[in-house]
Amino acid sequence: MSRPDVRPLRGYLGTAAAGRTMSDAHRQVSLTGMAGQTWLGGRLFELTGRSVLLDLGTQLQSAIGLAELDGVAQRMLLLPPDVSADHLASLVKTVAIDAVVSDDPARWMDSGIENFVATTEPQSASTPTVTARTTEWLMLTSGTSGVPKVVSHTLAGLSGAIVADTLAPTSPVWATFYDIRRYGGLQILLRAMIGGGSMVLSDPKEAMADWVARLHAHGVTHISGTPTHWRKLLMSGAADGFAPRYVRLSGEIADQPILDALKQTFPAASVGHAYASTEAGVGFAVNDGREGFPESMLNGGCEGVDMKIEDGSLRIRSGRVATGYVGSGIPALTDADGFVDTGDMVEVRGGRCYFVGRRGGIINIGGRKVHPEEIEAVINSHPGVRMSRARARKSPITGAIVAADIVLAEGYSSGDSDAVRDGVLAICRAALEPHKVPAVVRFVPTLAVTSAGKLARTDA
Amino acid sequence: MSIRLKIISEMQQIAREQNITLPPLDDDLPLQSTSLDSLGFAILVARLEDELGRDPFTIADEAAFPLTIGDFVRAYENVPA
Repeated sequence: MSRPDVRPLRGYLGTAAAGRTMSDAHRQVSLTGMAGQTWLGGRLFELTGRSVLLDLGTQLQSAIGLAELDGVAQRMLLLPPDVSADHLASLVKTVAIDAVVSDDPARWMDSGIENFVATTEPQSASTPTVTARTTEWLMLTSGTSGVPKVVSHTLAGLSGAIVADTLAPTSPVWATFYDIRRYGGLQILLRAMIGGGSMVLSDPKEAMADWVARLHAHGVTHISGTPTHWRKLLMSGAADGFAPRYVRLSGEIADQPILDALKQTFPAASVGHAYASTEAGVGFAVNDGREGFPESMLNGGCEGVDMKIEDGSLRIRSGRVATGYVGSGIPALTDADGFVDTGDMVEVRGGRCYFVGRRGGIINIGGRKVHPEEIEAVINSHPGVRMSRARARKSPITGAIVAADIVLAEGYSSGDSDAVRDGVLAICRAALEPHKVPAVVRFVPTLAVTSAGKLARTDA
Repeated sequence: MSIRLKIISEMQQIAREQNITLPPLDDDLPLQSTSLDSLGFAILVARLEDELGRDPFTIADEAAFPLTIGDFVRAYENVPA
């Protein structure tokens, strides 16, 4: 029986202007026509109410699969391209997957899981698709070294911010540097599909100049990527002549230089940065051209989302927050009041909130990483040192370098600073890889400590 | 000490710390021939910011990075502290 109260993704495709498309580097499909088609050889009804893994080789096929299965499957797990085979087995078990939609049947032949092969060309659907339920959309967290967590959303939650901050009233053509099988990319895909637009998908193997040529050819008006993506584009020199109307940054801290550089490169564009995470959903978008966000958005000052800072980190509560983690033994996603602790540390200065890093505080020096505690342990081994803190300092060359703040031990005075600095650097060079050796050393009278007795790492 | 001398002396200091030998630092010398790697330049830019109170590469309007020692020194000389 069809559920008139549930509007599945495909319900947004047939209704808007004709000529909507979705394309990747190799092919283009009609979004408008997708509602009446099947890419599952007419077997969609067999997936009714099941837990389905989408293991498809391309973003294009994955997007088609999502549109076909939403409202039919009980849950669908969208598999990103970079999940290791070891983790896959564990994920299949956690989610109780009982069907796989794949374009590589050999990969699942011996799995004991029923495999549905996606076709390479669409066929006309012989019967209209029945929307029977609100499907759970399962996404994987990124950035962890172990098995990724499975985060559950609904289409309503995933699309909750789309009306709120979509800028263009008419048929945008969206593109994103992200893979749509991760949260950030999926947001953009849904903006295109739900917002009545078209979509241009990225290809990791494509040269920057070819990607930009494709953006040009499809008349992309709205485009999203991380600050790193954008820096790469600007450095490539390939941006000439490309003139989007909306340039969006998310996924990393958007600093003032990259915002300014994008505004200069794309003078006709609105440049905005957004905050979102797989768990917390879309938080907010900032379109005033400045890094950080106004303090006035906290504590009820932002429509559709409650935000506060607690113990230095941003906490978010909204209808866009994930419904929960899937699996046992995982701490709750929200606290008792429904807030997600994002783990992103925020500092308030002059009425503006600035992101200062992750709670874990790993320092990333041009792609080489170090935990500050490792460096501190070496520094602290010098007899002239009472305590120390290693922290990231921004660098225009490597993104960050290691800076060290040192409190001298009793019996040492400021006159000993040079000797202690030389001694500390000597033992660091002997014990640590070059990128972990503090590039600059500063002597401070005290270091802040939290109420839990730990070194405070967020006031740098 | 002039900006040029300050830069040269910091480069020599970093080279000592990293156990590398710098060639003669003439204006025409390409930065990539100095044998300092990107970490070395990151350290140099940070220390010069502390010493001189300026970082021409973070506030630059265009992303043009200097190619030679002469370019690098001029980038610092042309930025008000």
